[in-house]
Amino acid sequence: MADFKSEYAVEMRKISKVYPNGVAANQDVDFCVRRGEIHALMGENGAGKSTLMKMLFGMEQPTSGEIIINGEKVNLSSPTVAISKGIGMVHQHFMLVPSLTVAENMVLGMAPKKNGLFVDYDEAVEITKEYSEKFNLKVDPNAMVMDIPVGMKQKVEILKALVRGAKILILDEPTAVLTTQETVELFKELVSLKEQGYTIIFISHKLNEIMQITDRLSILRGGKFMGVRETKDVTPQEISRLMVGRDVVLKVEKDQAKPTETVLKVRNLEYVNEYGKTMVDKLSFDVRRGEILGIAGVEGNGQKELVDMLFNLAPVGAGTIEINGESIVGLPQAKIREKGVSLIPEDRMLYGIAADASIEENVISDRSHKKELNKGLLFNMKKIHELSDQLIKDYLILCKSGEQKVGMLSGGNIQKVVVAREFSSNPQLIIADQPTRGIDVGATEFIRKKLVELSRSGIAVLLISADLNEVMELSDSLMVMHGGKIAGYFEDASVLNDELMGEYMLGLKHQSEEEIRRVCHE
Amino acid sequence: MSNLLSSMMTPAFFFSIIRITSPILFATLGAVIVEKAGISNIGLEGIMMISALFGSLGAYYTSSWIVGLLVALAVGVLVAVIMSLFAFQLKTDIILVGIAINMIGSGGTLFLVKVITNLTEGKPLSSTTSLITKTLQIPTVNIPIIRSIPVLGKIISGHSLLTYVAFLMVFVVWVILYKTSLGLNLRSVGENPNAASSVGVSVTKVRYIAMGLSGLMAGFGGAFMSMSYAMGWSQDMVAGRGFIALAAQAMSAEPLGSMFATILFGFAQAFGIKLSSIGFDSNLASPIPYIITIVGLVIFAITKRSKEAKRLAAVGAAAEKEKEA
Repeated sequence: MADFKSEYAVEMRKISKVYPNGVAANQDVDFCVRRGEIHALMGENGAGKSTLMKMLFGMEQPTSGEIIINGEKVNLSSPTVAISKGIGMVHQHFMLVPSLTVAENMVLGMAPKKNGLFVDYDEAVEITKEYSEKFNLKVDPNAMVMDIPVGMKQKVEILKALVRGAKILILDEPTAVLTTQETVELFKELVSLKEQGYTIIFISHKLNEIMQITDRLSILRGGKFMGVRETKDVTPQEISRLMVGRDVVLKVEKDQAKPTETVLKVRNLEYVNEYGKTMVDKLSFDVRRGEILGIAGVEGNGQKELVDMLFNLAPVGAGTIEINGESIVGLPQAKIREKGVSLIPEDRMLYGIAADASIEENVISDRSHKKELNKGLLFNMKKIHELSDQLIKDYLILCKSGEQKVGMLSGGNIQKVVVAREFSSNPQLIIADQPTRGIDVGATEFIRKKLVELSRSGIAVLLISADLNEVMELSDSLMVMHGGKIAGYFEDASVLNDELMGEYMLGLKHQSEEEIRRVCHE
Repeated sequence: MSNLLSSMMTPAFFFSIIRITSPILFATLGAVIVEKAGISNIGLEGIMMISALFGSLGAYYTSSWIVGLLVALAVGVLVAVIMSLFAFQLKTDIILVGIAINMIGSGGTLFLVKVITNLTEGKPLSSTTSLITKTLQIPTVNIPIIRSIPVLGKIISGHSLLTYVAFLMVFVVWVILYKTSLGLNLRSVGENPNAASSVGVSVTKVRYIAMGLSGLMAGFGGAFMSMSYAMGWSQDMVAGRGFIALAAQAMSAEPLGSMFATILFGFAQAFGIKLSSIGFDSNLASPIPYIITIVGLVIFAITKRSKEAKRLAAVGAAAEKEKEA
């Protein structure tokens, strides 16, 4: 390697990023990577890893702080500038053109020419072969990208960065889409790149992977820098403590749950995604009347797929889902709702509401066909007004009137509209997926109280939350998901502490089959 | 029936298919280019109308068909660039921009003609047919040797110069799309603009160029309409050819494939004309091209779906194999 002034390839000093809406994604982060090391950037979802890396790749600009590459202070105003400074990024969602060949994707934007006019395709294939052999990343230059497996797509992305002269490679959760075999192969390749002097930044929250291949690791939590460690000196427990933790504990008053009969019964549920990766692996559990069953876990461990299957937003791979003993697999959403299932979806703007429709229209959207709201062919507007005014009052929705567009409300009030509809439909089971994500404290507290209140009135509640605070405070019993399976089940959530939770969430601990089977109350 | 068949099996009938196909083929190629860049230019019809008018005006005022043709092409590109300005810079929906251009192509050209004829002749006319004479038309070409081949000579030789250009353009467009870096950038912008911009390809610039090229093609088509197909401009003379081109593009996104789709439509139109000429009720004959269009689109959609299903199955099988290995 050339002689550099600094031992660091990347120095990000006192970086802060505040978005125009006031959200601080990074606060005074110091992130330094030595030349020629594999450095893990760890943290839960929302910890600010992606934002930090987007700034390093020129996709976003820091609000304050400075970036130094190989001892030289730089202004990374666009990805093109970052590329020229020797930085390459392999995005989680591949930046490839499906109908072009591997070779064409390789040279996109820098295609070799012949006769000054035409693309020299043979040369593109040659370049691809040369790099493929040099770095031992096997790809088929003439295959169309849409026809190659995910593992090869990722290799194409790495080669794309290398052919553009990248010396510093950022890999954003590279193993998220890979099968076990592909992951093993990737790690071999990364180690070999490191041996050739390349610097690799590896974003992940999978502990075992990080312990296996990284030299050092930096941890972010809630946008703040929690520290940097030598991988060989650190214990998984310490990482888990730095990564997972609660800042402020909001107490929710609740009395002892008295669960009765089972409402939701899930057995051996499986989901395999389009890439052939098993996301939900033979999952079995019950939710009973009068209890809140929480599901904790780092995002991407099958929670999303589970909820999608419960509400038939994704096809069930295998297994059964029953509500009060009747199967709901494959039923349309309206029929699932008729059986008494309510859903607070994770993405409220996409599945929760219609932003351009009024509050009134949104709260009746699940019951607009019902007799009491209709008069012959037409709506009974008087009844509808009454209903929506009542819900606005009961759920403290801050708005001008029921005719206001939902999209005009604040996040917290939008969520209250969703909650008002879902809680007032006389449900037997409420599936609450990240019910308070990104909303203000007042609305958060209100929704949490309502959930407790409803469960105590005899409704079964399944709570999925990435917010540790929420899931630990609200749940009566709790299960932790890891790798599409239940890693642990705790009949009494109140005995849990952060440290123990962290160890289960990161897969350091795993309960026995017998212990986990207790979640099926048979 | 045998009467119909015998009148169809003549060189003149096949000659007319090629002639009818030419202007549509230009527009189809224009549609293929923008579609590859991920844009729907439904304004091809309007651009053809505007180019047709300015082409014949240019020819008339300079007494040169070459100048007329160049004016038609320049106007075609200009209109397409103005559309791009609205769509990419001012963020108007491209479909709405296309509709506006089509309305201007229909009403605006007629208005302009009335103004011009009022100024030059003292009274407004409804067409510029009087503006053009036979000598200002784009010349026809008799290909030596081929013209003397029996039957084939009569079908292939003796077309307008632009007809040969149209079929040549199929090859030219293919070369641009598949053999130049512009084409590579254009296709990547159409499929995954994020991927293109992440490696420094300017998405907006590529889209401007694609629109400009489609305007150029529509300009050729318009020039053909007013300076070869007919003896000058007349109201709504493009008569839906710009839309049929979109249908032909939808049947095949490739230059060569879309050429065959266009020939199918050319045949349908020639067939319709032939039917009414032998005394078939024209009200029944005139929908035939459009019925063929719909049938063609349905067949296309079905084959595309089964092809896609086969491809996905193949990828799935490959992934499965990998898993076992």
